[in-house]
Amino acid sequence: MSHQPASAPHAHDRSSVSRIMLHVCLALTPCTAFGIYIFGWPALFLWLTTCVTAVAIEALCLRVGGQPLRRLLDGSALLTGWLIALSIPPWAPWWIGAGGALFAISIGKHLYGGIGQNLFNPAMLARIALLIAFPVQMTSWALPLPIGSEQAPGFAEALAISFGGAPVADSFTGATALGHLRTSFTLHQDARDVLAQDFSLIEAVVGRTAGSLGETSELLVLLGGLWLLALRIISWEVPVAMLLGVALPSLLANLVAPEHYAGPLFHLSSGGLLLGALFIATDPVTSPAGRSAKLVFGAGCGLVIFIIRNWGTFPEAVGFAVLFMNALTPLLDRYLRPRVYGRLPGGKPLQAASPTARVKQPGKT
Amino acid sequence: MFNLLSPVRGGVHPASHKDRSSALTIATAPLPERLYLPLRQHAGADALPVVRLGDKVLKGQLIAAAASEVSAPVHASSSGRVVAIGPVTAPHPSGLAANGIVIECDGDDRWIDVDLPSDPFSQEPMALADRVAQAGIVGLGGAIFPAAVKLKQGARHEIKTVLLNGSECEPYLTTDDRLMRERAEQIVDGARLIQHILRAYRIVIAIEDNKPEAIAAMRAASEPYGAIEVEVVPALYPMGSAKQLIQEITGREVPAEGRSTSVGVLVHNVGTVFAIQQALRYGRPLISRVVTVAGGCVARPRNVETRVGVPVQNLLDFCGGLTEVPAQLLMGGPMMGMVLPNAQVPIIKGATGVLALNRHEVPRDDASPCIRCARCVEACPMGLMPLEMAAHARADSFDGADDYGLKDCILCGSCAYVCPSHIPLVHYFQYAMGEQDARRSAEKKNDYTRQLMEQRQLRLEQEEAARAAAKAKKRKPTATTTEAAP
Ligand code: SF4
Ligand code: SF4
Repeated sequence: MSHQPASAPHAHDRSSVSRIMLHVCLALTPCTAFGIYIFGWPALFLWLTTCVTAVAIEALCLRVGGQPLRRLLDGSALLTGWLIALSIPPWAPWWIGAGGALFAISIGKHLYGGIGQNLFNPAMLARIALLIAFPVQMTSWALPLPIGSEQAPGFAEALAISFGGAPVADSFTGATALGHLRTSFTLHQDARDVLAQDFSLIEAVVGRTAGSLGETSELLVLLGGLWLLALRIISWEVPVAMLLGVALPSLLANLVAPEHYAGPLFHLSSGGLLLGALFIATDPVTSPAGRSAKLVFGAGCGLVIFIIRNWGTFPEAVGFAVLFMNALTPLLDRYLRPRVYGRLPGGKPLQAASPTARVKQPGKT
Repeated sequence: MFNLLSPVRGGVHPASHKDRSSALTIATAPLPERLYLPLRQHAGADALPVVRLGDKVLKGQLIAAAASEVSAPVHASSSGRVVAIGPVTAPHPSGLAANGIVIECDGDDRWIDVDLPSDPFSQEPMALADRVAQAGIVGLGGAIFPAAVKLKQGARHEIKTVLLNGSECEPYLTTDDRLMRERAEQIVDGARLIQHILRAYRIVIAIEDNKPEAIAAMRAASEPYGAIEVEVVPALYPMGSAKQLIQEITGREVPAEGRSTSVGVLVHNVGTVFAIQQALRYGRPLISRVVTVAGGCVARPRNVETRVGVPVQNLLDFCGGLTEVPAQLLMGGPMMGMVLPNAQVPIIKGATGVLALNRHEVPRDDASPCIRCARCVEACPMGLMPLEMAAHARADSFDGADDYGLKDCILCGSCAYVCPSHIPLVHYFQYAMGEQDARRSAEKKNDYTRQLMEQRQLRLEQEEAARAAAKAKKRKPTATTTEAAP
């Protein structure tokens, strides 16, 4: 591909894949930093391990696949690793992160042919694979213990948690709000009571709740996402449609049966929904290209999340929903294209203007 | 990207780089020693030479005649002697030669006697259109479609609006800007002549909002007349594309596979309108034009009025020469312009600019795989899916590429301009279009051959039948004859 034909245009907006990926990483930095602060050293170790593994595996795969090593610089592997680190329990042992990165990059990406070729979002593929293979480790959520607070693990202790396989005391872990609601729901408790006890909107938005790194501070995730929107690195269609896809049905369900269903605010502020809507479903490779296709894709993600959260067996649904809609992306791209200039939506040419008035000099046509 | 204020979808905002060349008035380039005039400077068939080697020619004399309906004649752009008829370097990236006529200038620059036309407004529209055809005028905005053909086509339809394209959306280029500032009256006069030819209801002059002086000049010039509006359009590439401009001005889209006349609009570039005015008022054929000479390597960028046929090198020299070896030499703008193999290439009628760009101005990053980011889809003013078109074209699946919009592509390059993977999308489209064309003409040829075969078959059968009938007739009276005459 290094041969460049000298064809027009001879100008460029100077964008590049690596700039896009690095901007996304930058947008993730505030919420990651906050998450690391909240969950302490183990979270930092896990994040580092996952990212480094992802990049190392990418290098290996490029090598084996005979692709130019300079593609390492596009930053896509770093971003995949980063997203995995943000969506697993922050106190999980190192091999959860490393294993996830290995799976995502080798099977989720390079088995399909490398960057741009994969059908499924590699980070979500890894997350779901981990959830199925290691359900215990993947659902032990550390309670927030900010660095420096009394009970927080020290550096050495953290090393033991991340790398030494030291057991984490039960008192340090808890269920996520979603998990809690799910359990209570099966015990036939009233959703309103459970939420009243267990869920505080402020805490959820600010991020002082149990969860993965990226699921905690909705505020910082939103901030990063808005920045990307402003830079036009992501487009609004998928996030907006996805959030509406969750909010509208939950509003409806909550109005009809408040004892069974939590309201839209609970859903919007819990779990990885915002992270999913702004950073995961917007992955260019695995989401559709046209505007209407993007809207359908986003709405579909939202709807599947709502369904899984309320009636499915897993409390967290973003990963499944995104993968499900990823599978539909080629179809959406095929059938929901933009309308072409001068053509009707189906592709037929527009009708010429008032055919009766067209011929001015009948003899000359 | 979405423009809330404009009906035009997509588009891009490349850096304009227009300041330096638009600040200076149009200068006149000196007479060269030799003029190189290619026989095809227009869309359509090559013009046919009507002079012989060694002939003396005068400025404005016809030297090659239009070969068919869609073609344009070529005139001598100065007086002198025909020294060669044959291959000259043509403006084409391959550097391949095309047929042309070389004139050695005698320095007198003497005009041929032109018959000064009477008041054109009192003449028949078709006679005026013929005059435009004889003047060899083509679309000077770069489209190079013979202007008279457009006028004659337009005269057969109901044209509501004559749309003057002064948007000049390509970066660097400022010829139309300067023309409108300096020759506003002639342009308005030309527009009114076109209106007269087409019996159009109104004239709209569309100018991008980054040319306030041109807007003011055109407003002032059109003041005395009714039914002329100057419309300010947002600076957006490719606003200068006829389809997009019509959409912006009328809010309507030209039907696919149709012409702009079918929405009652005829678009002419302001430079073309000026040339038409010169032809109708003064009988001058198209032998010169204004060219923007610019780019980071040009010492003193400015607009230059030059004869057609002058080597690019002369213009570069006239503008102070090159300050460094250009990374790319272009004819036209950076978005749709053509790479020149060298500076010996002559200026042709459709040359809007000569750009000598330095290596900071031509980004040439290696292409990497498509990440399906859909920026190209958002940037496409035609609503196509460039990523899919390119993927299919690369796989030689041309029908697939057509299916995703190749047949509606205007090759504007907006998609490639924003592609973060630096994929040469337009290159793939050109390749696929070329292949499609080749395939279509091969099919036509096959069809034709098949037809010939069938006709021959039919003829043979008929002959056979006729012979058999004749034989049978012959046989009747002499039933005993068993052997037929061969
Ligand atoms: S802009 Fe380039 S990388 Fe993005 S989808 Fe289009 S072709 Fe692919
Ligand atoms: S070159 Fe073709 S595909 Fe690309 S933006 Fe222009 S019209 Fe669309």
